[in-house]
Amino acid sequence: MDPGLGTTPEHDDLTVLATPWVTIVWNDPINTMDYVVFVFQKHFGYAKKKASKLMLEVHEDGRSVVSTGSREEMERDVQAMHEYGLWATLSKSE
Amino acid sequence: MSSGFQRHRRSGRVIATFSGLEADLLRSLAAQLVELLRNESAVVDERDPLEALLDFSGPSTPPDDPVLARLFPTAYPDDDEAAAEFRRFTEGSLRDGKARSAGQVIDTLEDAGLPPLLEEDGLVIDVELEADEAMTWLRFLADVRLALGTRLEVSDDDEDYWWSLPDDDPRAQTYDLYAWLTALQSTMVDAVSHGLK
Repeated sequence: MDPGLGTTPEHDDLTVLATPWVTIVWNDPINTMDYVVFVFQKHFGYAKKKASKLMLEVHEDGRSVVSTGSREEMERDVQAMHEYGLWATLSKSE
Repeated sequence: MSSGFQRHRRSGRVIATFSGLEADLLRSLAAQLVELLRNESAVVDERDPLEALLDFSGPSTPPDDPVLARLFPTAYPDDDEAAAEFRRFTEGSLRDGKARSAGQVIDTLEDAGLPPLLEEDGLVIDVELEADEAMTWLRFLADVRLALGTRLEVSDDDEDYWWSLPDDDPRAQTYDLYAWLTALQSTMVDAVSHGLK
């Protein structure tokens, strides 16, 4: 976001710097629910409850934000998801 | 038919018993996946119907082939330049990693006694995997399911359609195999989930 001239951008800049990027996993008809839950547990260290909730978001909403961080961190997460065969992308946090 | 993978309680290894035919099928799929990942043209052996399972005679330009496009998705859907750069930096090692996993599956099966040419009936192949090898097999099963599922063009909740195909439809046979791999993967997920939160 562009704070523009004449504004006081400190707060917004800090927010953007803290969590500017997200990893998104998209629904696909091939990977099974139990596999996707396992990948979220294994790679992100999420508890089964959180991993299952994210998997259901992917399944029902078509996509879910599964991690948040710097661009470099999100690129690593996306690459790891591709290694597991999940369909993942990254983008700037909205 | 193999009952799939289970975790051996005392050793912590993941174990499975396959018939010779099942092991040969897994080896054939792994070999075809390696060829696809290396983007080489397939040497189709007319005598071996297993060779045709992952038909890779189609378009060979990596982004054009739907299986490769699915295995190596575009990381930045709204930024072509960043997507191209990400691909340049990651796709090579992703390809190598997936090909290496498939190659390790072949090695494991052959080390467990699968001969180069399966001729004898009644052969039994016992596979014992350490934790890291089990993860390699898990990734391989995911990749090969993606390859078969993409070739078949499976979609959500279409099982009834596939099971309604006549037995002599080649897609029905491929779907049988796909469903077998799904069941196999499910037992592997259970086996490697031990100890997770």
